[in-house]
Amino acid sequence: MTTAYTVTVLPEGTAFASAADRSVLHGMEQSCGRGIQVGCRSGGCGVCRITVLSGTYTTKRMSKAFVTEDDLRAGVVLSCRTYPTSDLTVQCAPKPAATAPLASAETPRPD
Amino acid sequence: MGMTGVLRPGHMQLKVLDLDEAVEFYSNVVGLVQTGRDAHRAYFKGWDERDHHSVILRDAGEAGMDFYGFKVASKADLDRLEKDLNNYGVTTERIPAGDLLETGERVRFEIPSGHQIELYAEKKDVGNGMGYTNPPPWSEAAERGIAPIRMDHALLYGPDIEKVQALFCDVLGFYLVEHIVLPDGETDLAIWLSCSTKAHDVAFVRNEEPGKLHHTAFLLESWEKVLRAADLMSMNKVSIDMGPTRHGVTRGTTIYAFDNSGNRFETFCGGYQSYPDWKPITWTWEEVGPAVFYHDRKLNEAFLSVYT
Ligand code: FES
Ligand SMILES: [Fe+2]
Repeated sequence: MTTAYTVTVLPEGTAFASAADRSVLHGMEQSCGRGIQVGCRSGGCGVCRITVLSGTYTTKRMSKAFVTEDDLRAGVVLSCRTYPTSDLTVQCAPKPAATAPLASAETPRPD
Repeated sequence: MGMTGVLRPGHMQLKVLDLDEAVEFYSNVVGLVQTGRDAHRAYFKGWDERDHHSVILRDAGEAGMDFYGFKVASKADLDRLEKDLNNYGVTTERIPAGDLLETGERVRFEIPSGHQIELYAEKKDVGNGMGYTNPPPWSEAAERGIAPIRMDHALLYGPDIEKVQALFCDVLGFYLVEHIVLPDGETDLAIWLSCSTKAHDVAFVRNEEPGKLHHTAFLLESWEKVLRAADLMSMNKVSIDMGPTRHGVTRGTTIYAFDNSGNRFETFCGGYQSYPDWKPITWTWEEVGPAVFYHDRKLNEAFLSVYT
């Protein structure tokens, strides 16, 4: 059993256990956790962007379109490319949503 | 001859996070054939494509699409279409032969959705490796990785898709095959356009942010090959977005997945044959779910919000 850390997602405060050898996003998906949007899982689309408020971690390659050097210094990372090395407290910081034609339209659900 | 002017999508240049990792993914997992390399780019084609390349990967540190190119039937068509574009008010730029390996002069222009589109007439015929006399039906490359037959179509995200439709139909000879209408009953959310008898060569979804890529699609031969692709994706821990399933639009069978830079790609099979004299098919907003994902009957969150 690899080490698992607890990741808490603010503001809701939902928490999930994330294995040290998995990305934060992967850990969330594996434990049916919630709070961060899942996109490409490959560091390219930006929807899983978070700010790490406390804790330590390592990162793998991320799109420079969503994580600048300044972002990195401020703890802004893509959660699909971030690996916990301690318990983490994070907050979602997704790229701004821009789907104007649908903002007013409820997506229909199947019966 | 039935087909003149714009023949087919011929190349897409994709931005990748790391060229070596992307080359490994497209060679071994997607199963494209690598045909060349220059300073910051790697060139690939599907096993049954005959022109030098269709997919170009560029080391960019980010994901997305640089440009999408269509092959036209002749140099005369290229000159004529450039003139038609200029008369329509579109500014074009000529990119010299050889800028892309084994490729002739290209005419590049920006469309209202913010995408860079190209036309070109010449690219070296390297063949599919099976020769032009008494060829076998397939080669070893047809079984390596997912091994698509060819790059097939793309879905692009951006604003002003009615202007895009007018440009593609009035100037470039495309026709509308299907569309999805928003709740107002008038404005299109999405359009599928063809320059051939394929159900689509390019499609657009209305999106505030310009110039974005939803997916580039690779053609497979059968539904069984789509299931084989799904197995290979799981064996290689590929990030799957949706599927295997069917699209209501075009009736194609499909998987949406992401490459290791976050660019979505599709492994696609089927879809009906279409003709320019056919009436377009309309999907209403109430049925947008089955239009896109026929079995789930609803959009997933990623369909409208995840693109590169
Ligand atoms: S899910 Fe796309 S960047 Fe993390
Ligand atoms: Fe597609």
